[in-house]
Amino acid sequence: MSNTLPPNTGYVAAAYLVFLFILLIYIVIMAIRAARVERELAELLVQSQQRTASKADGEASSQ
Amino acid sequence: MPTTKSLYGRRLTGYAIATGIVLTAALALAFFYAPIEADQGFSQKIFYIHVPLAIVTLGGFVFGGIFGIQYLRSGDTRHDLRSYTAIHQGLIFCIGALITGSIWAKAAWGQWWVWDEPTLVSFLIVFLLYCTYQPLRFSIEDPERQARYAAVFAVVAGVFVPVNFIAVRLASPLIHPRVLGSSGGSLPNDMRLAFYSALLGITLLFITICKYEMASKHSRAQLAALRRSLIGEHDEPAPARSAAPRIAVK
Repeated sequence: MSNTLPPNTGYVAAAYLVFLFILLIYIVIMAIRAARVERELAELLVQSQQRTASKADGEASSQ
Repeated sequence: MPTTKSLYGRRLTGYAIATGIVLTAALALAFFYAPIEADQGFSQKIFYIHVPLAIVTLGGFVFGGIFGIQYLRSGDTRHDLRSYTAIHQGLIFCIGALITGSIWAKAAWGQWWVWDEPTLVSFLIVFLLYCTYQPLRFSIEDPERQARYAAVFAVVAGVFVPVNFIAVRLASPLIHPRVLGSSGGSLPNDMRLAFYSALLGITLLFITICKYEMASKHSRAQLAALRRSLIGEHDEPAPARSAAPRIAVK
């Protein structure tokens, strides 16, 4: 088995790495967006729970 | 009780798994099954990524036009989102095709770019044409007008893509090979199998990314609708100006 790489291996590797790099950038961008959605959902959940708690307090004090 | 349904995320997992399997198989076929081409040698392996990227790019642009027609006929904003996503992803794939093509040109011809080659220059023109799509959308504030003008652009540019492709193929080829033609450089069967696998893999990747992008945009729109219903319309800050379609959550 030969230890030498075929000629132009660098160009082939570069082309496939470009493809992987573009894919990776896209995944990073979408991961950032997904994290933002998760954070905003958590904020809304807290707000919703606070609203429910204050509503329950209001009902208890009126009785 | 109102129900919500997943509009864009359906079958996304299946597409993602199929993309992973087919792309892996295609790479294995390209590197371990397809023979090394006699003329160009190992650098011809770039063909299995460059040509599928270019074909899927042009297909994405054409589908952007088809969804544009559907939007103009129906006024349904889902078609606007589909058109926008197809063109947006087409542009990203187009960048990949241009860069991998340039690397292949350097390996095969000794030059990064050949200006008197119609195939290359026409592809660059298509890329530059579609580069104006996002600024066009961003320049129009009213969402309805934005969608309508963008659809008209998508239809006109979508018609230009196949016309341009046919015109270049009819022109006399200079350097760029015609690998799928009936004469000249038709592929041998083992290369053809690797190539069609790569084409299927890249097509599946395009569909998966488009579906994921649309599902992501839809969930952000649903999140905004949820916030509006919780904190009220007046407390919600006005949505930032964007080139992306504004999705109505029903």
